Amino acid sequence: MKLIDKMITCSVNDIDVNVEKGSTILEAAQKAGVNIPTLCHLNLHELDAVNQSANCRVCVIEDEGSGRVLPACSQEVSEGMRIQTDSLKAVMARRTSLELLLSNHPRDCLTCVKNLDCELQNLSHEMNIKEIHYRGEKMNHPIDESSQAIIKDPNKCIMCRRCITMCNEVQTVGVLSPLERGFDVVAGTAFHLPLDQTSCTYCGQCVSVCPTAALAEIDATSAVWKALNDERKHTIVQVAPAVRVALGEEFGYDPGEISTGKVVSALKRLGFDTVFDTNFGADLTIVEEAKELSERIESGGTLPMLTSCCPAWVQFIEHQFPELLDVPSSCKSPQSMVGAMAKSYYAEQSGLSPADIEMVSIMPCVAKKSEAAREELSEEGYANVDQVLTTRELARMIKEAAIDFRSLPDKPFDRLLGESTGAAAIFGTTGGVIEATTRTAYEMLTGKEIGEVNFKDLRGIEGVREATIDLGERTLRVGIAHELGNARRLLEDIRDGKSDFDAIEIMACPGGCIGGGGQPYHHGDVSTLRRRAEALYRIDKDMPIRKSHENPLVKEAYEAYLGKPGSERAHRLLHTSYSAKERI
Amino acid sequence: MKKDVLDITDLDETRLVELDNYIDKITGDPEEELIHVLHFAQQQFGYLPHNLQRYVAKRLDLPSATVNGVVTFYSLFSEEPRGKYTISVCMGTACFVKGADKVLERILELTGSEKGKMSEDGLFTVEDVRCIGACGLAPVLTINEKVYGNVGVEDVDDIIRQYKRSGRRED
Repeated sequence: MKLIDKMITCSVNDIDVNVEKGSTILEAAQKAGVNIPTLCHLNLHELDAVNQSANCRVCVIEDEGSGRVLPACSQEVSEGMRIQTDSLKAVMARRTSLELLLSNHPRDCLTCVKNLDCELQNLSHEMNIKEIHYRGEKMNHPIDESSQAIIKDPNKCIMCRRCITMCNEVQTVGVLSPLERGFDVVAGTAFHLPLDQTSCTYCGQCVSVCPTAALAEIDATSAVWKALNDERKHTIVQVAPAVRVALGEEFGYDPGEISTGKVVSALKRLGFDTVFDTNFGADLTIVEEAKELSERIESGGTLPMLTSCCPAWVQFIEHQFPELLDVPSSCKSPQSMVGAMAKSYYAEQSGLSPADIEMVSIMPCVAKKSEAAREELSEEGYANVDQVLTTRELARMIKEAAIDFRSLPDKPFDRLLGESTGAAAIFGTTGGVIEATTRTAYEMLTGKEIGEVNFKDLRGIEGVREATIDLGERTLRVGIAHELGNARRLLEDIRDGKSDFDAIEIMACPGGCIGGGGQPYHHGDVSTLRRRAEALYRIDKDMPIRKSHENPLVKEAYEAYLGKPGSERAHRLLHTSYSAKERI
Repeated sequence: MKKDVLDITDLDETRLVELDNYIDKITGDPEEELIHVLHFAQQQFGYLPHNLQRYVAKRLDLPSATVNGVVTFYSLFSEEPRGKYTISVCMGTACFVKGADKVLERILELTGSEKGKMSEDGLFTVEDVRCIGACGLAPVLTINEKVYGNVGVEDVDDIIRQYKRSGRRED
């Protein structure tokens, strides 16, 4: 077929435009440079996540030829179509759609967690809604606060179905589905079960795409303020790698701005006694994980070994593939390792009792909240981590304290658990953990120094990637998946005996932790994730030490406290176990 | 609550075997077959309790939420036990203006049941339905397959008494 047969000519607001056959009106308008407001529509094309439910009817336009009002997000253009986005008919239809949505929406914007970050509120402002003409019954669903991670308020749901798309198509977890019909329809769990009784992984991708506050993280800021004001508590905080390249966005910086020093400053200003770096924990994780991988390879243990840093991924395998629980590494995540070390090694060195310590983490993640609550991740009755704040929650606390983030001086992390390498920085992006593991495992397995530390084959944004690393006598076959739907494919291969990988890294969120459910909202802009990832690779590149096992504080911790990698004490403090769970 | 969903000990074993046999014969895409499976399950058990829905989900390797979404969307599926006789009172415009609401009220009173919920004696489930297309007979109601036309409030007592009698006799 000639190219010309595949093209269609139409006009948007009297601007002629040529588009491919099959394009939607929205795509034609974008090409013509015309903005059409949308609400339910979500196009994360690079991540294979497209929500085109055409439910909200906010994007309606007028087709001049037929005089009909059509949804731009899903209606395809036809030859010669004349589209008006700003005719009185189009504008009034759009307003009606929005007013109908608002008529059944709570009006507690002032105290809502999404205040000034809400797509519905934004549209209401942009469309100059000053009065809602429709009155009628309002939804009255119970609010689900059962889990430690996600709060679900169906009364704020506008049935855009973005969460359902993420949960079913991208993550293949399938916890959320449209339930009931007509006015009673709701995005809910099977049998309206509370989230903590389902197979929810708490990845939080539903939260990161929810246009309103129907889905949000469970607030931990109050508990953290309380701990900060408790004089008997020694408050320690740790900061995950992906936080330092995203928090700035909440204070007007571009995505990918590195604000590590300012984050430390802000935490000190908030009153934390000690500020540790989760990256230290990442280095420690790598040493333990590389040791485990080397042992599994040398002693013929279970291969592939799967990374275990991502709590949503751990929940996923426990619920969905309970027969494969011997494949994940037994290593705790960096968050839990820092917690365990702070309440043992650091406590001992500083003359503190674990009872006096309140361990807080700043995470790009919603699932870390539920990880912290796992019983396996405690030592003598003390949880490794007491409270978890998302990147967004930390931003809220900084704003609440009226700290001028942009003018803060750079400060370093505190000693003992505060130094890290380039390998740790890239933990926050897909491919980073396995690249860091490879740098250390290579030297453990070959006994030789690695020449090139950059494994570019492991980087990128494709959902599943693989690479082969030459170890001289043998090769290391490495797989990477981000998003749980991609992870499922790799796991099915393992289950069916079709996988020949030695090691696989899995991260639940698109792009890895930089796209975590607790990060500043990307509002559908995938370039935000890419820029955050690039920043992590910049941090890595600029670090004097780029291999985890060369971290001087990690070495010191082994010499002074842990013994050798994989030692009995290391196992007790830094490793964990998994248990089979039901799939609901 | 979770225990209820996972526990299937209260489900009749012979009927479960029938359901298993039905599911074993499926060759197509489980999601496309779901409605047929649910129909069969409802025929076997009379209704679709949560643990049965979860069982179907597990057997078809589908999320329970997907199954529950289908069950709660179609009014033909019931999550509640059904009485021996389903009385559907038409609430279409013609029936309504001729007093169908009063007929419904009287039926609920006589059967001692709530709308959509099975009566205590297990005989009746009473529900209101949209226009069934028999406006000439308004007000109209159906009991299982049988249609009753021109039903006034004064006729209800006789009809219900008759079903109560035959319901008990058959037991």
